[in-house]
This record gives sequence, C-alpha cells and structure tokens, in this order.
Amino acid sequence: MTTTVSAPDEAPPAPAEKPPKRRRRPTLPYLLLIPAIVLELAVHVIPMLTGIWMSLRELTQFHIRDWSGAPFIGLDNYKVSLDFNSATGKELLHSFWITVAYTALVVALCWAIGLMAAVLLQRPFRGRAILRTLFLTPYALPVYAAVITWSFLLQRDTGALNHVLVDQLHLVNDRPFWLIGGNSFYSLVLTMVWKQWPFAFLCLMAGLQSVPQDLYEAAYMDGAGFWRRLRAVTLPMLRPVNQVLLLVLFLWTFNDFNTPYVLFGKSAPDQADLISIHIYESSFVTWNFGLGSAMSVCLLVFLSIVSGLYLFFTRKARADA
Amino acid sequence: MFKRRLAAVAVGALLASSLVACGDSGSSGDDAKTLTYWASNQSTSLEKDAEILKPELAKFEKQTGIKVKLEVVPWSDLLNRLLAAATSGQGPDVVNIGNTWSASLQATDAFVQFDDKTLDKIGGKSRFVPAALAAAGAEGKPPTAVPIYSLAYALYYNKKMFAAAGIQNPPTTWEELVADGKKLTKDGKWGLAIEGAHTSENSHHAFAFSEQYGGQWFDASGKPTFATKENATAIKRYIDFIGTDKITNPGNAEYAQNQSVADFASGKAGMLLWQAVGSQLELRKMNPDDWGVAPVPFLQSPPANGKKVNSMVAGINIAIFKHSKNQEGALNFVKFMTSDEEQTILNKTYGSLPSITTVGKDPAFAKPEQKTIQDTLATSAAPLPQVASESQFETLVGGLMKDLFAEAAKGKSPSVDEIQDKLKTAQDQVK
Repeated sequence: MTTTVSAPDEAPPAPAEKPPKRRRRPTLPYLLLIPAIVLELAVHVIPMLTGIWMSLRELTQFHIRDWSGAPFIGLDNYKVSLDFNSATGKELLHSFWITVAYTALVVALCWAIGLMAAVLLQRPFRGRAILRTLFLTPYALPVYAAVITWSFLLQRDTGALNHVLVDQLHLVNDRPFWLIGGNSFYSLVLTMVWKQWPFAFLCLMAGLQSVPQDLYEAAYMDGAGFWRRLRAVTLPMLRPVNQVLLLVLFLWTFNDFNTPYVLFGKSAPDQADLISIHIYESSFVTWNFGLGSAMSVCLLVFLSIVSGLYLFFTRKARADA
Repeated sequence: MFKRRLAAVAVGALLASSLVACGDSGSSGDDAKTLTYWASNQSTSLEKDAEILKPELAKFEKQTGIKVKLEVVPWSDLLNRLLAAATSGQGPDVVNIGNTWSASLQATDAFVQFDDKTLDKIGGKSRFVPAALAAAGAEGKPPTAVPIYSLAYALYYNKKMFAAAGIQNPPTTWEELVADGKKLTKDGKWGLAIEGAHTSENSHHAFAFSEQYGGQWFDASGKPTFATKENATAIKRYIDFIGTDKITNPGNAEYAQNQSVADFASGKAGMLLWQAVGSQLELRKMNPDDWGVAPVPFLQSPPANGKKVNSMVAGINIAIFKHSKNQEGALNFVKFMTSDEEQTILNKTYGSLPSITTVGKDPAFAKPEQKTIQDTLATSAAPLPQVASESQFETLVGGLMKDLFAEAAKGKSPSVDEIQDKLKTAQDQVK
C-alpha cells in the first residue's frame, strides 16, 4: 500500500569510487508523498487509534452522544471479551473457532480449485479464452448482487438448489435447509469459495507464465507424468506466488463480513456466526461499541501474530532452501 | 521490498477490519425555512411511502413556509442511521422511530424530551392515547418521542379454509388454535404461517406469550430476567407450532421477509399473527371477503400469575433531534403530523390507528380489523419493557428463537431446560 511507495532512484549512478560529499536530497519526492501520508493517516492510522481508544472506554448507548466523554474503564472490555467462562467470552470463542474452520476450508478449496484450473488452462486449446472469462465472472460481479443471488438459490422451498437436488435428481427426500441450522456453515463456505477462487486462479495463472517451458520439457524427457511434473516443477516454481496468495486469502477470508451479512442478515445462525459478524453484533446491535472495539483489537493482534509468524517461517524456509 | 509490500497489504486488510467508524448521515436544515425528515418505511415500498407523504409535506409548507426534505428509510437501516446521527450530531431534524426502541434511544440523550411544557405546545398530554404514549420512553421520565401510528397484533384467518374444514369460529385459546390448525393442515396447506427468522417479530411474540405464562423479561430496575421457567415455557409454546403441533410449515423457519404474509394471502396457510396487515393483503390481491380478524388467542388455563396480555403496544413514534437547528419548526412539524386531519389521512392510508384521542370515531377506523386492533390496544396490550437494553432483548432472544426454529424444523423439539440454558447465555450478554 502507500507506505511502500519508494522515492525514485537518485539521479545518475555515482562512479564506484569514493562517494562525493552528500548532496541535499530534492524535496519534490517528499512533497509528492504528502497526499499519500495524509490519506493513510485518515483511512488507517487514525481510525485504528480511535478503535484502541474506544476499547478502553465504556461506550454504550448512555455515552454515545458525547462519545469523547465516555468513562475510562481500562482493560475491562478486554477482560470481558477474553473471559472464556463468561457468556460473552464463550460466544466470542465459539465464533472464533467457527471462523478458523471456515477460513481453513475456504482457503484450501480456493487454492486447490484455482491451481487445477490454472494448470489445465495453461496449454492453448479451442475455447480457452471463453473458459478463462467464464472463470473470472464471479470475481467481476459486485459482491452484494452475487451473494443475494446465492441466498435466493439456497432458499428451502423456492430455491434452485433444492429444486435440483430434491425434485430433479431425487438425491434427498426431505428438503434440507441451507440458510438456517447446521447447513448454513456449508452454504457460507460454498458462496465464499465461489466468490474467491477466481482470485487464486488469476494469481496462479500469472505465476505459471513465468515458469520456463524448458523445465517441463526436461521433466517430460525424464519420463515424469502429470502429477510428478506438478509436484517437482510447478509447485516449487510457484512458491513465491503461493506465499503471498495464501496469506492474502487467509486475511480476506478471516475478516470476511460481506458474505455472511448479505447471506444471513444481522443475526447469523449460531453455526455460522463468523467473528466479523459477531463483533458487528456486539458493537452495533447490542450498542456496546467499547466491547466491540476491544474484540476488534484482539482480532487485529491475533491476525498480526499469525501473519508475522507466517512471514518469518516462509522467509526462513526460503533462506534455508 | 516485496515482503514489505506484503506486510503492508496484510496490515491494510487488518486495519480495514478494525474500523469502528460510523456511516454517513444526511444534513440538517441550516435555516428556519427547511427541515429534514426521515420517515420509516410503512407501506409496501419506499417509493410508495414518499408518494403518500409528499402531498402532506406540501400542505405543511403551504401553512408554515417551511420546506421539508423527506427521506424514507428502510427498517433494516433505521436504527444504525439514528445511532450515527446521534453520535455525530449531524443528521435530520425529525425522525420516525419504532416505539420499542424508545427507551434505548432515550438513553443516548440525543432527542428532545417531550416534557409537559413541550407537549402543551403540540396540544397537551391528554391529546394522546395513554397506552401509546407509555410506549414512548422510560417510566417516570418525559417521553423521548410522541406516537403517530398505533398498531397491535391480531389473528388473521382465512374464512374459506375455515368453512371447508368445518370450523365455525376463530380460535380464542392456543389449544383451539392448534386443534383448528391440525384440521387445516392437509394437501400442502398449513394451519398457521410464522416468520421464524425475523428476530424482532420473534421477540414480540416472546413478550406476549411470556406475559400469559406470568413471566417477565426485565425486573423493575431494568435488569434482564431472561432465564426463567416461565419465559422458556412461553418460547417453547411458540416454537412448538412447528416442532410438536406440526401446524406450521417447517419452511417458515427461514422466513424473514414477510413470506408468511404471502403464504397467507395465497391460501397456503389458514392463519397469521400480524399487525394491521389488511392493506398488504389487498395489495397481494386477496379477496377482502376471504379473510377475517380476531384477537390473538390466550391460554386456556393460564397460571395464577398469568396476565391477560395478547399483544405488545406496537407503533411508530416521531422524535426531534436535539442537534436540530430549527427546533421551533421541528416542533411545528410534529404538531402538524399529530393534527386531527393528518392523523386521519395517514392512518387511513396505512391501515394503522391514530394515536390521538380526538379522531378515533372516524368510520375508517371502525372496520372490523381496526376495531379489533383498537380493542386490543384498549384492553389487552402492554408495551414492551421500556428499558435501555430493550434493543438487546430483541436481538438476543429473537436470534436464539431463530436457531430454535431451525432445530424444530428438523423435527427436534427443544425442551424447556434447553431453552432456559440458551436464555441464560443471552441474559449474560446484556450489559
């Protein structure tokens, strides 16, 4: 993002001899950075600091009008959120585990489907362009429109899914519910995978372009079959792409709010109560913004630690390789 | 470099999730000549509401010279937008609120209090129906709003289906309702239609049933008392229409967008519990001769402490934001909206009842449907607890009932103890 904008390279590379007396750097690059810094502050840093500030206050409906004057209660909101013996903590933990399972399933499926599609579409054949466009459609559709369509398809009595499963294929007798009860979790996974896998497909397809063809040719000459080539050539060559892709997929999925919100509305079924929805409910629906902020900060810390560890180990693995 | 970009992407995604910022809000009128009004969605669509209200607002402008900028807000957004306006001190001058939120919103201290002096400016306290005014704020405090549309639950039944099943009169007890429901449930048709995934409606029924079983959701000091046997039994009674009695289509467990009204209008279900649904049935082309209205049933043999309550006092209030720069004009507008003429016109259109005492005699409000609602409001309705955490009751209890319906739809009827456990979890989350 904006923090990575680097100053342009300094004009003509100096000869390798003794460096000349340090010249004054031009001010223009810094001036050009100002809008980005201001925006970064406004969009990210200030709200985050406000969130942390709010998490230390008792910000309920009694104080919301004059919210800067809400009483300071220290870490109480954190204690309530993380006390897993209390109802609030238990529910938070419950939605945390649901989110972990959801994220694991969605990321694994998106990656696997994306990889398969990218590999299969690597060789030119008739209709490849059409297929490629088709695969990217879910990614191009507005989230709301796509998810609301799924919610129609998944209705028990009038939805297309049950129509196919029950009326046409006769696979199940009793019309299952997809939007309430236990199945709602799988409906959520299905919708998210459908929406998200084209991104994996896109990244991996781009990654495959950079794999030198002669590696495959050499492997082919050595008698390696499809799976062997995948394991010995494709996957190792895709490693840098995969590293980024998996992290981004993980973060997007873990934080996903739109899909469950559009699919289930304000009150998600117990079995599909993702953490983002849970935090939303805690702050906006039960009007306890302090508690909601504390939960958000906990989530932020958790995701930062996971991402940090992930980056550390993947870097180490690459350095060791 | 690449790693750093990655880290930045990661951090960016994290921060986006941690934003606890509020949404956008409209702008308030800056001078004495304009007002902004957020109306709640009362009719079948936002456009239809605007169409209904526009000529009335023009009338107001003609009388006072104040132009009213109107925005009709859907129910799903209204509470969030009110909160955003309360927090930012920016937004409309006058708003509609659901009366069950009165005490919750009152606690924000963002609205003008209707103390006796203020009420006198719009015709005095005695002008309003007492039960409706009681649902406009916490007891012992000046109301935070005044009522404009009054509603109550009633039992709607399909006369043709009743006749075909040999039922003479609409049921007056839940036991009769179940028996009738069983007679009606055949050939893909069902006894009673329910909106099982609609959290607020669930909570309304939880309230009325609990009153009949002698339970209560909050004690006198406003503390939640969810996890009682009475409340659990009351909820079980409602869930059992799907679970045990099997007079409701299990598919109703996922209804949240008035599909139960559609089912009733199309004859898929013989009975419906709703507030003033007549005008909607008309729009759905149900023959007006085909349906009848009766009061919501009671328990056949209620416990000693059971109360004769069969509906919440439902309705819509009108409130003024303290931040409004045109308080004078806003109060004038409230006076206009609660005037005899406007109350008659608007309530006639919406099928609701006026919340003032002076126009009840208009023949438009003497139709069987309105008569039933009026009687219910006068004799057997009670306001939802006017406590600050009422909105949490709606979400938490309404939500757990949605999960219970989902279980019941799969044929698992929850026991009283199980429900009580869930109520305990909900109660512990109320702050």
